[in-house]
Amino acid sequence: MAEERLKSATRILTQRGILIAFILFMVGFSVVSDRFMTADNLQAVFRQAAIIGVMALGVTLVVICGNLDLSVGSLLSLSTVLVVDLHDKIGPISAIAVTLLVALAVGAVNGLLVGVARLNSLIVTLGMLSAIQGLTLIYTGGQNVDIQNQDTTWFAIFGRGAILGVPTQILIFVVLAVVMHVVLAHTPFGRRVYASGGNPTAAVFSGIRRGRVVLATYMTSAFCTGIAAIILGSRVMGSQNNVGQGYELLVLSAVILGGTSLLGGSGSIAKTVIGVLILGFIQNGLLLLGFAYYVQWLVTWVVIILAVWLDIAAKRGRMFSPFA
Amino acid sequence: MTDGPTLTLFHIGKSFPGVRAIDDVSLDIHPGEVHALLGENGAGKSTLMKILAGMYQPDEGEITLDGARVVMRTPLEAKALGVVLIHQELSLVKELSVAENIYLGDLPRRSLGRVDWKTLYARVGDILKRLKCGFTPETRVGDLSIANQQMVEIARVLTTTARVVIFDEPTASLTDAEKIVLFDIIRDLKAGGAAIIYISHRMDEIFTLSDRITVLRDGKHSGTLATAETNEDEVTRLMIGRSLDLTRRIEASTPGEAVLDVRGLSCGRLFQDVSFTVHAGEVVGFYGLIGAGRSEIAETLFGLRAPTAGTIRFRGEPVSIASPAHAISLGISLVPESRKEQGLVLELNCRDNITLATIDAMANGPFLSGSREAAVFEKYRERLRIKTPGWRQVVGNLSGGNQQKIVIGKWLATQPKLLILDEPTRGIDIGSKAEIHDLIRELARSGYAIIVISSEMPEVLKVSDRVIGMYHGRLMREFTAEEVTEDKLVQAISGIARSEFSACAAPLLQTRC
Amino acid sequence: MNRTLRWLSRNPIWGFILLIFVFFSLANPFFFDLQNFENILVQTSTIGLIALGMTLVMINGNIDLSVGGIVALSASLVVDIQGWEIFAGWGDWQLVPAVAAALLAGVALGALNGLIVWWTGVDAFIVTLGAMLGIRGIVFVYTKEQSFYATNFAFSDFGSSNIGPLPTLAVVFLVCALLVHWLLSQTVHGRNTYAVGGNRQAAVNAGIRIGPHMMVNFIILGFLAALAGMTLASQMGASTPTLGQDYELWVITAVVLGGTKLTGGAGNIVGTLGGVLAIGILRNGMNLMQVPAFYVLVILGVILIAVLFLDRQLNRKGQEGYRL
Repeated sequence: MAEERLKSATRILTQRGILIAFILFMVGFSVVSDRFMTADNLQAVFRQAAIIGVMALGVTLVVICGNLDLSVGSLLSLSTVLVVDLHDKIGPISAIAVTLLVALAVGAVNGLLVGVARLNSLIVTLGMLSAIQGLTLIYTGGQNVDIQNQDTTWFAIFGRGAILGVPTQILIFVVLAVVMHVVLAHTPFGRRVYASGGNPTAAVFSGIRRGRVVLATYMTSAFCTGIAAIILGSRVMGSQNNVGQGYELLVLSAVILGGTSLLGGSGSIAKTVIGVLILGFIQNGLLLLGFAYYVQWLVTWVVIILAVWLDIAAKRGRMFSPFA
Repeated sequence: MTDGPTLTLFHIGKSFPGVRAIDDVSLDIHPGEVHALLGENGAGKSTLMKILAGMYQPDEGEITLDGARVVMRTPLEAKALGVVLIHQELSLVKELSVAENIYLGDLPRRSLGRVDWKTLYARVGDILKRLKCGFTPETRVGDLSIANQQMVEIARVLTTTARVVIFDEPTASLTDAEKIVLFDIIRDLKAGGAAIIYISHRMDEIFTLSDRITVLRDGKHSGTLATAETNEDEVTRLMIGRSLDLTRRIEASTPGEAVLDVRGLSCGRLFQDVSFTVHAGEVVGFYGLIGAGRSEIAETLFGLRAPTAGTIRFRGEPVSIASPAHAISLGISLVPESRKEQGLVLELNCRDNITLATIDAMANGPFLSGSREAAVFEKYRERLRIKTPGWRQVVGNLSGGNQQKIVIGKWLATQPKLLILDEPTRGIDIGSKAEIHDLIRELARSGYAIIVISSEMPEVLKVSDRVIGMYHGRLMREFTAEEVTEDKLVQAISGIARSEFSACAAPLLQTRC
Repeated sequence: MNRTLRWLSRNPIWGFILLIFVFFSLANPFFFDLQNFENILVQTSTIGLIALGMTLVMINGNIDLSVGGIVALSASLVVDIQGWEIFAGWGDWQLVPAVAAALLAGVALGALNGLIVWWTGVDAFIVTLGAMLGIRGIVFVYTKEQSFYATNFAFSDFGSSNIGPLPTLAVVFLVCALLVHWLLSQTVHGRNTYAVGGNRQAAVNAGIRIGPHMMVNFIILGFLAALAGMTLASQMGASTPTLGQDYELWVITAVVLGGTKLTGGAGNIVGTLGGVLAIGILRNGMNLMQVPAFYVLVILGVILIAVLFLDRQLNRKGQEGYRL
């Protein structure tokens, strides 16, 4: 009986490991730092997390569908450069529209190559990462871009403004997260995404047009990155050519940290939001404690591996791999 | 050599979290004996074999080899003791040569960890000669035909002087001709004094080959019988605890209008000039060897392959089926050959799998309706008697029989006019098998047009109103239920009379080898 | 002739190399020149060394995203330690502890990655994604974000020295390539590498201990990445903490161009050599033609996807009319 209880305790610990770790983090930091649990600080964390968060929402869809999207970092660079550069040339509304259209087009290329031509997603998006980075540099000729009338443009609302006291970027993140959650969990399309990722062959045998589903996930991911670029461009009011470099793997870390499996077929938006927040809180907490910013990378390393390990251990019912 | 058993298991026990997989099983196998091991899926056969092959360690009991106690911690240790397991699925590495595959994990070495190619190729050359195979040891396995890859798998037995050879469902994907070569090899090994454990679902093979039969049920030893003194009934009773008649035809049905009419259908080299008709309320059985083109016809009718010639008329209208989605909208459903690869999304729960093909109909406006989905699930759980703790159960955790019922439920939910079932009872236990056979007849009675594709003759004979024999991509003959017999059917699918069959098959295989 | 064609269809990258080689030779007078070929070899040696190890890991069906961090760490260690005061009186012997420490770090981190993959059963992609962040963190902690400058002239000279007519770094690379090729094609470990990647279950059943086996390949990769870091530091006479960023993507691109399958079980050193050279020649040739570096990124991305597409078309047997 005691053994049973111990077992179920272990199960809860491993299954809800990431949530428990999250709570422990929060409690730990609030004990150590009295500035941690303040409204200002929490808002700062959310604001910081909004960009990675918005991108991660889209990537979650791609990953659940059984694919990877490594092109989002480069696409963030391209979109930010575009929206900032075009802002002064054609006005904010047109700039936003063009940026989102370009992002969607990039997503469509990814989606067609992976979904219709059925090429390996890691390599396709790796190639796109390189190609988009090159296009960005060609577009700017290697120069940085910025917005001239930074103080007067209404474009500032996305990255610097607030609506009803809530910073706009947080609002965008929350609204997008809710919409995506509903789409994924409560629409036929969402179910198709899970089925296509869980077993692509069975999905096709069930009449699902897998290529279209994959295409839609990539376009969603690119669209989310486009939105993130608008927030970033508005926050910085300028952009470097390589501003998004490395984001693809940070975003993926957040998705994995939340507990969405890279094998596809499982995961959720809620998990990703938790993953994003954990990354955000690790960063913020360590900075508050006076550690250099790069210490968070070390902690993230340990946390990612522990989180995925616990997840896998719970599924296979033993801690160590059968090959150990 | 002593007269005692080669291999003895004393009171072996093995548990996994939540399951008592093997419970107090004792067994002995003598030199020169073929010992068949039978049991339903989940009875513990595979676990027992993995213990013997050194892949699992028993929790209790001990194993002796020639009277001496042995502990086999890895497959390599087992192999060193002369215990070899021939796996059910091909376990070959395509990028490596035939020789490397045969000596996988045990390559002869020279200094600096180099492979001793000369020794390796010489040894494998001898083995291939013994098996009368036409390919060289240097051939890349990926370049061989499936049949030849099987031979490579079997050649592994001959690398050591095997004391105990375990065959785990070796005929699952072999053609009849290849089986004959396999049986010859088994008889050779037997004559050489090896102890052989033969695991199979196929009663006919077991009664042809074995000297004794041991039956497992729920991880326990259910009985050991001398093959000569028993019959299929007794063995079945030991397996499932009751007797079951698998061959009796149920009842004839009265066919209605023609639902599907296929004329001159071809798809490249896969099948040619196929013509047949299926009526509402009748079951048409397709029987033939693997590779005869049966599944490919089904896939073409389901829009997964584009035909190169011919016409399909569905309910009187000529149709060109562009995709599975199109097929479903027409009213065609396919319960595919491979449950786990093509039928189910194992991570999803029972309800989500059943509603997967009709997911658009589950929506209220843009959103899925939980109650509508639940209603569909309950309907088919009741109708198909699916045993599951609830709709939240992940299908990966269900038994094979219940999984198959979920797949069938998914397709019934699309309310098809034509239901195609490809190997509907492969790898599921006898109890579920009988239930699915009954279900097929019941569906026919209620007006479905049904095609059943199967490699099991008793199954085809039992459920079909008409049987079509296929051979090498062509329809050979069509029989009504009244006229069909096993002999006629074998003749149809091999192009020759049964008595000549064995004589022809062996040379036929060797030329391909 | 027929054999050459078949060889090319299995190693399409060498056909591509031939093409760009002829093109650049005709298009630019400075390309076809022994000195320039030596340049190409030296320029490719860094990525090339890592790609050799990555080939082993990828044939195993794994991947390693953390190599960039190992490059930076080994470069920082070798440059920093040679300047330590306790070795001040050692003359050129002060390089010995420096080189030893750098290689040891590479081996240790490779072993750590391998050990985690082995024990936890977590996918190598995730394990090394975490390590990519974490090792970069170690580098920053160790260097405190500082660049180091080599104090020992013998070290900087090594990078530009020659052995006979050939640059030392090119020789180091070619020797390593030969060794890894020999390992992969002639030794039991090398053959098992294909078995573990091609059919993991079969390898386990055949008694190959796949955990330790995979760890060995991670260690070899760690060693080669550390070696690459040192050659890079020697060329620059310095190290920076951001050294090697994005290398994982370049290396994977090169290996995939060379025909190694991401799913494991297939690939070889001849192909990888081709992949590395293709990138090197492309960069060098376009540089000579004064095409901005950005275009190389675009072209590389497109080629990567094109090679994948070509591979799919060439190896599409028995799929007649299958619409899956």
